[in-house]
Amino acid sequence: MESEIVINVSELTKKFGSFTAVDRISFDVHKGEIFGFLGANGAGKTTAMQMLCGISKPTSGKGTVAGYDILKENEKIKRNIGYMSQRFSLYEDLKVWENIRLFGGIYGLTDKEIKEKTNELLHRLRFESERNTLVKSLPLGWKQKLAFSVAVFHTPQIVFLDEPTGGVDPAMRRQFWEMIYEASDRGITVFVTTHYMDEAEYCHRVSIMVDGRIEALDVPGNLKEIHQAQSMDEVFRKLARKATRMDNG
Amino acid sequence: MKQFLSFVHKEFYHILRDGRTMLILLGMPVVQILLFGFAINMEVQHIRTVIFDPAQDAATRDITERLTANPYFHMQGYVYSSDEINKLLQRGETDVAIVYEQNFNENLVHSKKAQLQIIADASNPNTGTIVAGYVTAIVGEYHPHIPYRIEVENKLLYNPEMKSAYTFVPGIMGLVLMIICAIMTSISIVREKERGTMEVLLTSPLKPGTVLISKTVPYLALSFINLITILLLSYFVLGVPIQGNLALLVAVSVLFIFLSLSLGLLISTLVQTQVTAVLISGIGLMMPTLILSGMIFPIGNMPEPLQWVSSAVPARWYIAAVKKVMIEGLGFTHVVKEVGILTAMVVFLIGASIAKIKNRL
Amino acid sequence: MIAATNLHKAYEKVTALNDLSFSVNDGEIFGVIGPDGSGKTTLFRILASLLLPDSGSAGINGWDVVKDFRKIRRIIGYMPGKFSLYPDLSVEENLRFFATVFNTTLEENYPLIKDIYQQIEPFKKRRAGALSGGMKQKLALSCALIHKPEVLILDEPTTGVDPVSRKEFWDMLERLKSEGITVLVSTAYMDEASLCDRIALMREGSFIAIDTPQNIINRYTETLWAVQTENLSASLRDLRAHPQVKTCFAFGNEHHVTVQPDLPVTGLQCYLQEKGYSKVRINVATPTVEDCFMALTSET
Repeated sequence: MESEIVINVSELTKKFGSFTAVDRISFDVHKGEIFGFLGANGAGKTTAMQMLCGISKPTSGKGTVAGYDILKENEKIKRNIGYMSQRFSLYEDLKVWENIRLFGGIYGLTDKEIKEKTNELLHRLRFESERNTLVKSLPLGWKQKLAFSVAVFHTPQIVFLDEPTGGVDPAMRRQFWEMIYEASDRGITVFVTTHYMDEAEYCHRVSIMVDGRIEALDVPGNLKEIHQAQSMDEVFRKLARKATRMDNG
Repeated sequence: MKQFLSFVHKEFYHILRDGRTMLILLGMPVVQILLFGFAINMEVQHIRTVIFDPAQDAATRDITERLTANPYFHMQGYVYSSDEINKLLQRGETDVAIVYEQNFNENLVHSKKAQLQIIADASNPNTGTIVAGYVTAIVGEYHPHIPYRIEVENKLLYNPEMKSAYTFVPGIMGLVLMIICAIMTSISIVREKERGTMEVLLTSPLKPGTVLISKTVPYLALSFINLITILLLSYFVLGVPIQGNLALLVAVSVLFIFLSLSLGLLISTLVQTQVTAVLISGIGLMMPTLILSGMIFPIGNMPEPLQWVSSAVPARWYIAAVKKVMIEGLGFTHVVKEVGILTAMVVFLIGASIAKIKNRL
Repeated sequence: MIAATNLHKAYEKVTALNDLSFSVNDGEIFGVIGPDGSGKTTLFRILASLLLPDSGSAGINGWDVVKDFRKIRRIIGYMPGKFSLYPDLSVEENLRFFATVFNTTLEENYPLIKDIYQQIEPFKKRRAGALSGGMKQKLALSCALIHKPEVLILDEPTTGVDPVSRKEFWDMLERLKSEGITVLVSTAYMDEASLCDRIALMREGSFIAIDTPQNIINRYTETLWAVQTENLSASLRDLRAHPQVKTCFAFGNEHHVTVQPDLPVTGLQCYLQEKGYSKVRINVATPTVEDCFMALTSET
């Protein structure tokens, strides 16, 4: 892949006291790539992701996200990325369109842009009838699809997804991934964590974190070949078993 | 029993390991006592005063001299008509006017009855009452036959130096005990619901009632520590003496602690989240305790409907009882009414909480 | 054993459980599998005697979950959805506390939890709030087991836990089963279905199938093709566009496709090659529980 690099980090490290949560990680992510960021609980995924989103300051190392320095320009990074997690996605007590307007407003879109894009988005999701529904009364799968649409509403360069499909039903989960593909086709880079190993296969490239370090990074096919495994699940287990530090949160 | 003790043990861990909350719980009464005792001085000084004295006799001159000599009053001079008084008060150029009747001394000597009118700017009812109180006190010193209002009399009799700390200590006791027992207990129970641990506890052989009662023990202990802190501080730092029977004071306080605990339990059985618990406790308990208990605003100055509402505020009765026992030095027979009302409230609240305890989610 | 007849529960407008009837045999691992919001938690809370059903009845080992709730609470071990621990108490304090609450001691039942507890014992002084997801899960399971329950009710114990810890967790359940404990477990991960003796697929308050995982798979009547190409996302769209393709879902590095009977495999192969794919491989795929779930839910 010779396309533009949108995430570039080298030797990124985060220490909490004597504990090294993230240990000198280095990698590049290209424009439009779907980058799977895997790791066991406590391997350091969340901390690494927080540093990339500009909400946590690295102890050492350097990097750029969306062309901005993660040490100095984290405010600019925040304007150019989208973020969605399983826990925080949308305001449950606001209606569908109110959520869209709110997040559009937060990212500085004009009222006219918001109006046009809202209609387009609701149409694309076939959500027109739910425009005035409170988010809390939507089924989880729909919420997650809506949350993803909201996260890419301002056409960010990169969207970070933290376990976006946990607990979602199988058909919805696949529809969700189709939305990820669409975003990727539109040139939005997708940085995603998941505990579903079949989803790891959908990624263009996958990195696996073990004990704060990136233990493997390649296209899924190569990873399976190198580790002589039938599935990504097997690759993951082979690598994660090496972990010595099972004792952190 | 072992279950109960183990639960209490666990509750102490929760409190002791949360340093910040611990600091607030133990520091709050200290800060409040010092704050109300020193910083928020409710004493009114430099009261601008005018005199309307058509009598101009020995008695009126004597009273006027006493007022002038008193450091609380700033004497502005004589006026010669009630119109003049009204104008000055309306323009806010004076705080209080003293009006003697004609032939003041003569009436006093012959009919043992003379009239003196105090016109005070009551736009701040608090200041108004206090000002009127000061004047009445000074007049009272001159001659016991001059009639004055009974409720003011009480205040003056037992708080002759008119130190505001005296009126605040009972108020702070009511507030602190209410906050610690009711708010903290309800929060700590609701926290178990939020964390999901209540689900596990409910599926255990432990009776829900045991859970609730063991929750109250640590806060009972904390309230005791606070009660002692407040009494020590007010005695040694603010110089407020404990006039009455200490045992009676403690007994009334324990009654109030039980009341607050049962209020906390009741709240915890009604709400599901810590935020709601704080809101309900804050709006439902803190505000009425601060505003309607007589702690800051005298109940006598409230509009009638509010006076009615204030009767439902437990702190009102507790504070009244503490004032009587601690400041006025009265015995049990004088606080029977307060103790009775508080006891009735405890019975009602405990009954309501028991009715509300659920074996299920 | 667990037996439920016509369990019904509704919250305001939403029907959480729609006349559920099922039974779980002694000493089996019974999995309730369904997405979030399908009613799993409501069902488990009713069985744990924490909620009352609107109608219908349920019993565990002969005791009624409504009438005999005190007895029920003595014989079940319940682990709610959010691992219910005290984050400010240490691992050991949590365990000892729950032991006392259940009228027992850590020492008394140590043999039962030994295998699980030994994995976290090196960190017994650590506060539970500072444990990783997998370790919290092990501690919560130890707490649920501390009173030697006859029936274990676990509500989504593996949610948010990584695949390695999940595998370890299922191994533990297997060992508990060999101790004679009946395990009722729910999960949103379809791949965990094969680890249960019997499963119930749940959706919108109803069971759409109850059987052994193998029988459920055997009942899948369609021929399922696994299609691999060099471009997964593009081929997904192309396959769906074919008029004789009935369903097409992404499954890892391949697509699971069902077609009308009049479309031969060679036809599908040619179609994809015409679309410009060079590395087309089509094989017969063994259906998974996930395929069955999607087939069953698309019918309704």
